[in-house]
This record gives sequence, C-alpha cells and structure tokens, in this order.
Amino acid sequence: MRAARLSVTAAVATAALTALTACTAKSDAKDGDTIQVTAADSKCKTSAKSVPAGHVTLKIENKGSKATEVEILFPDDRIVSEKENIGPGTKYTLTAEVKAGSYEIACVPGMKGHGVRQKLTVTGGGSTAERDPQLDKAVADYREYVQQQADATLPLVETFVKAVKDGDLAAAQKAYAPSRLGWERTEPVAESFGDIDPKVDVREDGLEDGQKWTGWHRLEKALWQDKKIGDEEKTLADQLVTDLKDWQERVGKAEITPTSMANGAKELLDEVATGKVTGEEDRYAHTDLVDFKGNVEGAEKAYELLKPVASKNDQALTTELDKQFTALNAELDKYRSDKSSYEFISYDKVTKDQRKELSDAVNAVAEPLSKLAAAVAVVKK
Amino acid sequence: MTETQESTSPTRRSLIGWGGAGLALGAAAAGGAVAMARTGDDVDPVAAEAGAAVEFHGTHQAGIATPVQDRLHFAAFDVQTEDRAEFVQMLKDWTAAAHRMTAGKAVGEGAYGGLAEAPPDDTGEALGLKPSRLTLTIGFGPSLFEKFGLADRRPEALVDLPKFPGDNLDRTRTGGDLCVQACADDPQVAVHAIRNLARIGFGKVVIRWSQLGFGKTSSTTPDAQTPRNLMGFKDGTRNIAGTETDRLKKYVWVGEGDGGKNSAWMTGGSYLVARRIRMHIETWDRTSLQEQEDIFGRDKGEGAPVGKAKEHDKPFLKAMKPDAHVRLAHPDSNNGITILRRGYSFTDGTDGLGRLDAGLFFLAYQRDVRKAFIPLQRQLSAKDALNEYIQHVGSAVFAVPPGVRDKRDWWGRTLFSEEA
Repeated sequence: MRAARLSVTAAVATAALTALTACTAKSDAKDGDTIQVTAADSKCKTSAKSVPAGHVTLKIENKGSKATEVEILFPDDRIVSEKENIGPGTKYTLTAEVKAGSYEIACVPGMKGHGVRQKLTVTGGGSTAERDPQLDKAVADYREYVQQQADATLPLVETFVKAVKDGDLAAAQKAYAPSRLGWERTEPVAESFGDIDPKVDVREDGLEDGQKWTGWHRLEKALWQDKKIGDEEKTLADQLVTDLKDWQERVGKAEITPTSMANGAKELLDEVATGKVTGEEDRYAHTDLVDFKGNVEGAEKAYELLKPVASKNDQALTTELDKQFTALNAELDKYRSDKSSYEFISYDKVTKDQRKELSDAVNAVAEPLSKLAAAVAVVKK
Repeated sequence: MTETQESTSPTRRSLIGWGGAGLALGAAAAGGAVAMARTGDDVDPVAAEAGAAVEFHGTHQAGIATPVQDRLHFAAFDVQTEDRAEFVQMLKDWTAAAHRMTAGKAVGEGAYGGLAEAPPDDTGEALGLKPSRLTLTIGFGPSLFEKFGLADRRPEALVDLPKFPGDNLDRTRTGGDLCVQACADDPQVAVHAIRNLARIGFGKVVIRWSQLGFGKTSSTTPDAQTPRNLMGFKDGTRNIAGTETDRLKKYVWVGEGDGGKNSAWMTGGSYLVARRIRMHIETWDRTSLQEQEDIFGRDKGEGAPVGKAKEHDKPFLKAMKPDAHVRLAHPDSNNGITILRRGYSFTDGTDGLGRLDAGLFFLAYQRDVRKAFIPLQRQLSAKDALNEYIQHVGSAVFAVPPGVRDKRDWWGRTLFSEEA
C-alpha cells in the first residue's frame, strides 16, 4: 500500500508534468490552436506553421488515393502523437498536448517510410509546469548516465565485433556478454526509440514475418549453437556496430521525466522477470545472469537518483527498496566468485529452485518499485 | 490502510446497485436489508445464501463451517522476511484487504481513478462482480513456528504428517509456512483474492504452490444434494454440516485447554489438512461398474450404501467389501473419527502424456490432526481399494487460528501477541 496518499491536485499536476500524453479524442481546444492538414499521395499541406503550446488540434483530411498516417514528431523523429490508417476521402481530428519547441507534421501515404514533412513551431511555455529542482537534477544526471553507458559500450561492442570478424570463436564468446551490459542497464531508454531495439536485441521468436534477424542474439546463436562464423555473421557484426552507433547518437536526446525514470527502473526488473529468470534471453550463451545484473544496476541507478525526492514523500517505500535491492544483489552475488567482475555462472547450471529464489527476489523489488513513480510525482510544497 | 477509506472507495456492491442487492437478498427480512444499507458491512445470512457477502468477522474464521462455495483458489506461502514486525504488519494488511474483498470491495484505494503513472492498489478483475460468498481463511504451517521465535507456541496437535504408504509427494506442492484458502461462487473472485494478497505480500512472503478447484466434492449444507467427485461418485454423505453446532464443537473447533498452554491461542480455531490427490482417471473409466461400486461401497446412481435404497440410509458396513472406501472411512470403523471435509475437484490440464491431470483437492478440518486425519489416512492408505486409482501427490497441514473478532483484530493476533 502507498503510505503517502496522493491528492487529486497532485495527480493533475503530474499529468501536466508528463505533458506528452496524446489524446486522440475529440478536440476541446480553442479554434486558434487548430491546424488544417490536407494529405494527398505526395503532398502534406498545413494551414499554420506556428501554434501556442497546449492542446493542438489537427483537422486532417485525406484527399489522396491511399490510406495515410499523420504524425506530430519531435526533431529526432520520436512521435508525439499519431493517427494511423486514415482512409482515402475521410477526415479525422487528432488532438495532442504539446510543449513549446520545434516539431514536424508528417503525412505518410501508404503508411510506409519517412513521409512528407512540414515544420511546426510551438510557441510559449504555457504547459511547462514547475518541477522540483532535485527532480530536474535527477533527470539530468540520469541522462548523463545513459550517455556514459552508451559511450562505454561502443568499444566493448567493437572488441566483440573484431573477434567475430577475425573468426575467433573463443574470443567472440568471451566478449559477447560484456558488450551487452551498458545496453542492458539502460534498455528502457533505448526501447523508447522503437526502431533500435528490434535491430540489435531481438530474439528469434520475436521476429515478425519478413523481418531479418540481426543483432546480438543472431550472433549468439552462431557462436554457441552453430559454433561457426561465416561471412554473413561478419556482415551482421558490422551492422551491430552501425545500429549501436545510432543508439549512441540518439540516446542523450531521449525524452526523460522523473516518472518515466521510475517506471523505466521497474521495466528493467520486468525484463528480468520475463526474460532472464526463465533463461530465454541468452538461451545459447547462458549468460543471462550478466544481463540480469545489468538490468538491476540500471534500475538501481535510476532509483538512487530519485531517492532524495522519493524518501521525502514516502520514507517507508525507500526503506523497503533499499532493503530489497540489497537482498537481490546478495542473491546475485551467490552466482559469481568475485564481486568486482561480471563473471557469473552459466545460467543452465542454475537449478529450478535457485531460479525461483531469484524470481522471488525480483518480485520483492519490483512490487515496491512500481510505486516509485507515485512517490516522485507528488508536487512539491 | 485505514477504515475511513471504506466510505470513499468504489465498492462492488455500490456498482451492483440497489436493484442487484435487492434481488440478491431475495427472501431476506427487510430488517437485514436495512442493516446492510446502514453499515455497508453487516450482511444478512440469508443474503449470503443467495451469493452475496459472507461476514468476515466472528468467533471462527469463515470458510470452515460456512456453506461450501463452488470454487476454490488455495495458496501456500513461504515466509521470506526475518523481521517479525514486518510480518505482523503484513498480516494486518492482509486482514484489512481480506475484509474488504469478502465484502465485495476493491483493495486499498481501488483499481482505477488514482495516479495515472502508478499501478492501482487493486488489480481490478473483480470489479462489477458480486461478492460471490467469498471467504478467506488463513492457516499457519509447522515450519512457521521455527521462525520469529515462535517455537514454544507451536501446538502439540500441529504435527508433521507421517509418510503414508503410497504417498508420492511432490515437494513443489507440499508444505508451506502459511496458507490462504479462498472459496467463492465465482472463480474470478477467488483468483482475484489470492492474487491481491500475494501482491501485498511480495518481499515478505512468496507463493510456494497453489491450487485451483472447482465442483465442491462435499457439502456442509445437510439438505443440499451431495456433490459428485470426478470418479462420478457421491462421497462424504455424512459430512459435518455447518449447522451442527454440537458436532462442530466436538470434532472441528479447538476447545479451551486442548493441547496445553502452547495452543491456548488456537481456541476457536481448527487444524487443516490439504492433500492433492491425483486420480488415474483413464484407468478408472475402464473399470467395470460393479468394481467401481464395490470400491466405493455405494451405487453410482443414487449413492446409496450397499444393500440400501437411498443415499442417506444408514450404511450396513459389513455388507460392503472389506476394502471398500466407505467402509474403511466411516466413523464406525474408526472409533468415531469424524472430520469436516471441504474438498474440490481439480484439473490442471493434461500431464504431458495425454492423461488428464485431475483429481481431488482434499481439504479437511478437525480439532486434532493426531486423532482424526492421521489414523484415518493410516487405515485408508493401507487398505483402501481406491488406492489403485488414486495417488496422494501433495500434502500440507496448517493450524487455522480463531476468527477475526472485529475491525481492530487481525489474522494471527492470538499467536503473535500475548493478549487474549
């Protein structure tokens, strides 16, 4: 149970803080904030290039011959709000809450590709709510952490890739798990981009029809199951570096809020609970415990940064989280001889009973961690 | 969690509305309905019969002598915390949640309407459903008494069950520091209850094993038809009824002075034996009718004992085969041993060999396990002809404390605090 009871006003203010939640309901915005969007097969006409911050309404009409998709995008292509599948000759009203800044409106005829773009400037600071400076610092520090992890990961990936390209099976196997740690620590941020994760961290059973299998796990299968490195693997290794460089360049610009940090921490443990504890993640290499540790460290980092604020709002929660993180780390330490290294035992040597113990320890952290967002969402007095 | 929340949180009953409540009350006296409207908690027993709410507070825990509901979700937990105060707080939180859920209300601040970024307190799948006569009953296993300095409070009657011939116990379906039995007429309500208690318990307790049950296999209501088990037979005809105060007192409730000072805290409680009994369904189905009836000592249609016409006719045990189930289990063959049965049928799909993983989840309440289940099962496991078609694969025993008296009381208080 939450110790701190949150008032309705706190909840409303939180909604303003996160501000990017799009609603595709009917518009209640003033007429002045409405933009007419006329989409066609090769055109995307907008009636305004600038609107004040707040609720922005797009009145969309598809005059083309194909179904289209209309999106409001951040400069780095992250989607603020979108409506897919607007049929030829039909109209749709899309409403989004948008902060001041630069955006693009994209019409995507046939719903494939980059689309036709128009600039959109959102003016004023109307919807930016006041936030505890400690939380701003937490977000800034976390952003820096995420960037550091990506920067530190690239050389490790390059070591791994070099071993693959040298055809050195043993060296490649050795370099596999370390090359993933930074990614595993910050996975929810990487996943927020949507397009990188499916390229670098997808597992065979996660592929969609027609999707080519690339990334770490494809190489993992070659190294451990097939035990051979061919030309295709070498090409895929290069591709992994390319895709991760993309991640390195974009990760620092990710939209991060205190609540997204808190829920991201919880998601890291969800990753453990659904993929690592079962041994599905690294089913060929059995290095799941290394990923597991990475997820826990990433979650703990986000928590530590939010803790100064969270402990003011819900002391009982942070006491519990401190205790459960300690317990979970102690549980993990059972599986490595040296606490300063990331050499864990192979997960296929971990018994069913031990897996249950690990799973229980994860649940013991994840349940209170799911309440962290509430503890940092309270408006400061 | 405080009681003041109750007036503000959405309740399943308020969602049902007065129309539904009125219908559910049926033949209830008008006075009962007025009481229910006033307090929101006190429910007329006649209303309970019609599927509404069962009173949570009382001398004994609900879910023992209470009329048996149709569905079961039973869970055994292991304790993880070593902090007694933390465990006691969890028991208090559980009690508050159990009180709300048995009244058809959502846990804590409810399942919706709260902070968008945080998960709701209640998981929500029981919203809009009737209380469905949900009862939640807690029990403490022998292993709990090794923790929190409770060794000297372990009742002598809470013995570890001996190994019985033919037992093939699966460790992952056996034992547990504590258990919660959730019975309800709607399986979703029973599942919701255990799920939400497990959630509150994370970090303090973990689920060791659990069992879903359906189709009650015995009745605690004398006039109701005796239900059939998955072998197609009526069993438990002479079960103790919830209305038989004298037999309950004699065979089920722990009395004052039972078992010495170590079990004073158990007065008003009972002892529960849970056994997962797998049935070899396919071989049973290939057995001739005559043999099936001989094994039980009853006919399959009416359920009458051998040589008799009606189910409730007094059995003439000597007319049955010496290894007939009814003959061996009958109190007359066991110096009057009587237990209160509350078992459910179960199926957990197939077992990987294409056989139905099914059987009886046997639940029996008694005043002293040493004088009831153990001698009875010794007799049955050695001689019962039914053994060819069944196997005990899970087992647990629990001390079920007395009832939660009122809103200030909590599950296990008599064990964890010195005050009576």
